[in-house]
Amino acid sequence: MVIVGGTNMRKILATIIAVTSLGYSSAFAGTLVINTDLTDPAPKAAFDWAFNKFQEENPDVTIEVNNFDHEGYKQAIRNFLTTNPPDVFNWYAGNRMLPFVRAGLVEDVSDIWSDTGWVDGNLTEGMSHAKKPMTIGGKQWGIPYTYYQWGVYYRKDLFEANGISVPTTWDEFVAACATLKAAGITPITIGSKYLWTTAGVFDYLNLRTNGYEFHMALTKGEVPYTDPKVHAVFDKWDELVKPGYFLENHASLAWQEAIPPMVNGEAAMYVMGNFSVALFKEGGLTNDNLGFFQFPEITPGIPMAEEAPTDTMHIASGAKNKTDAKRFLIFLSRADVQEEMNKTLGQLPVNSGSKVDPDPFLEAGLNMLNNAYAMAQFYDRDAPAEMASEGMKGFQEYMVNPDRRDKILERLEKVRQRVYK
Amino acid sequence: MPGSTQIPYRKSSWWKLNQQRLTPWIFLFPGLVLFLVYVIWPIFNSLYISLLQWDGLSPAIYVGFSNYIELLDDEYFYISLINNIKWLIFFMLAVPIGLGLAIFLNQTIFGIRLIKSLFFFPFVISQVVIGIIFAWFYNPRGVIGPFLEAIGLGNYAILADEDFATYGIIFAGIYPQIAYCMILYLTGLNNLNTDQIEAGRMDGAKGLSLFKNIILPQLRPATFLAIVVTVIGSLRSFDMVAIMTQGGPWGSTNVLAYYMFETALSEYGYRMGYGSAIAAVLFTIMMFYILFFIYRMYKSEKKGL
Repeated sequence: MVIVGGTNMRKILATIIAVTSLGYSSAFAGTLVINTDLTDPAPKAAFDWAFNKFQEENPDVTIEVNNFDHEGYKQAIRNFLTTNPPDVFNWYAGNRMLPFVRAGLVEDVSDIWSDTGWVDGNLTEGMSHAKKPMTIGGKQWGIPYTYYQWGVYYRKDLFEANGISVPTTWDEFVAACATLKAAGITPITIGSKYLWTTAGVFDYLNLRTNGYEFHMALTKGEVPYTDPKVHAVFDKWDELVKPGYFLENHASLAWQEAIPPMVNGEAAMYVMGNFSVALFKEGGLTNDNLGFFQFPEITPGIPMAEEAPTDTMHIASGAKNKTDAKRFLIFLSRADVQEEMNKTLGQLPVNSGSKVDPDPFLEAGLNMLNNAYAMAQFYDRDAPAEMASEGMKGFQEYMVNPDRRDKILERLEKVRQRVYK
Repeated sequence: MPGSTQIPYRKSSWWKLNQQRLTPWIFLFPGLVLFLVYVIWPIFNSLYISLLQWDGLSPAIYVGFSNYIELLDDEYFYISLINNIKWLIFFMLAVPIGLGLAIFLNQTIFGIRLIKSLFFFPFVISQVVIGIIFAWFYNPRGVIGPFLEAIGLGNYAILADEDFATYGIIFAGIYPQIAYCMILYLTGLNNLNTDQIEAGRMDGAKGLSLFKNIILPQLRPATFLAIVVTVIGSLRSFDMVAIMTQGGPWGSTNVLAYYMFETALSEYGYRMGYGSAIAAVLFTIMMFYILFFIYRMYKSEKKGL
């Protein structure tokens, strides 16, 4: 909790200057209540820094933080938004925020995005690539402050030992898998006990086979799951599942439990998010033998969209101190603030004016995302919760029993018709 | 009314007259209020919610019985129901195994108290801990998988096998339940009537026939209790499933209680109406069992047992 009560003359003066230079003045200063689930060390440190910095710049505001346990937060948010709304809370972009937006619990912050003198510089310019996931019904509902890339993490040394170069096309990718398999190495490791890892594979196969627009149409429920284009995705998936290129018994492993095989050299690749790097390195891998490459092209000519789940800050519609809440969101969108926070988070700043640390994985990710055609949020954030849960169950079942594809897709289609009606 | 003529006590006479009848109700009152608020009212409320389509945030829509109709066509619902039945059947194994252990441990040798308490130990450990430990055992990189691999049978992860994962969880659940049944039987064995056993021995009963005709009938109260707690335990399979598989792989280890939680309250859930409909079905099943149980108790009490 950060409480600052300094009231000396200089600070007041500085505040007045700061406030007027923002082209905006707060009639009464107050307490800013922020609810978060940032209990992990890195996010907590990043936000502690941000809170202190904000306080320094705005001494008239007292920040009050309520920190929730990460899992408990998913439950708590439904309660506190309806009964005791904070001013600011963190959540996720895409469809994940839809139920709250639809229930009128989130404040419309389109004015921050529309660049009417709120911020120095131009928010829309610096974050235009992230505007879409924040938009529902033509309005923006929050500010993204960090994201991370997904892609293929691989063992450089195993690739080298087997004479494989980084695959850029699907055929090369499948060939690499075959070579590894023949050498007695599991080509791709995965732990699907908690289902979501399978969605990472599905998303990329779909984004590469049919493109971003089709993927979005599917997750928005506009296309049936029995569509030939969906079958085409599973045809590609078949090429990996049927020859046994994925780790055995993956349905009983958590995503972390699928890391040791790769650390031990029993497996060579993992379709994962950048947060896994920390764990790989804890296991003993270094920048010398751990590498990253973009998921290879499948259908030639389709613009490459990437998976980049975004974390966001929102204002509750029931907030008592909306003016300071908006000041905080603007503060959080600034390039220098995002740069500093993401250094601690080990993730990528959303504002394109920010720089990242010289880390090969962050640099590769930043480079990939800055050139991305579009960004998907991840299956369970793009699709509504009900559809996502059934979908991911289906993907897991398919990955163990590829011959059940038709039955699974028919079941998913039934769910789709119910969920999106 | 004899008391009505006693003028000095007229004011308090109603209380005096009804004291005997009222006192139990006054004592019961706090409990009854809590029971109404926390048990009866939620039952009817969730029956009502099962007629709605509601995500807990947006306004609820009345949809009549469509949640129940959907349930009839829901693959996962039937999987959960069948798993509940599997739990009921296989969990019962805890009763004979517990009996066997109790008889085995019912000896008077040095240190038997210590051994008995060691056997009772699993019941003391929390279900959550047992679930986590068994999940580690079953993990393909845990204990059983590498062992099978070492003796040349190939790695096997039971929790990833849709056909057998439920049995893997039941096995973990039975482990503390056996200890529970064992302790019930041990106390039963302590109260055996030695005269009857002597008499039986004199009439030439020994071994199995002694056990079947003399010991077992005397253990009837213990058996009854063991069956009751085991059935209840099998219906409470929620925690084991939640810890060990989350209903996976692909919903094949779901039980009704967990499926209800998953649809109504988990990260991807929030179909309050549908979850309540599942709860209503589970409630009906339990109700039948409880009624049967109460009926049997009533009958045996009437017989004067």
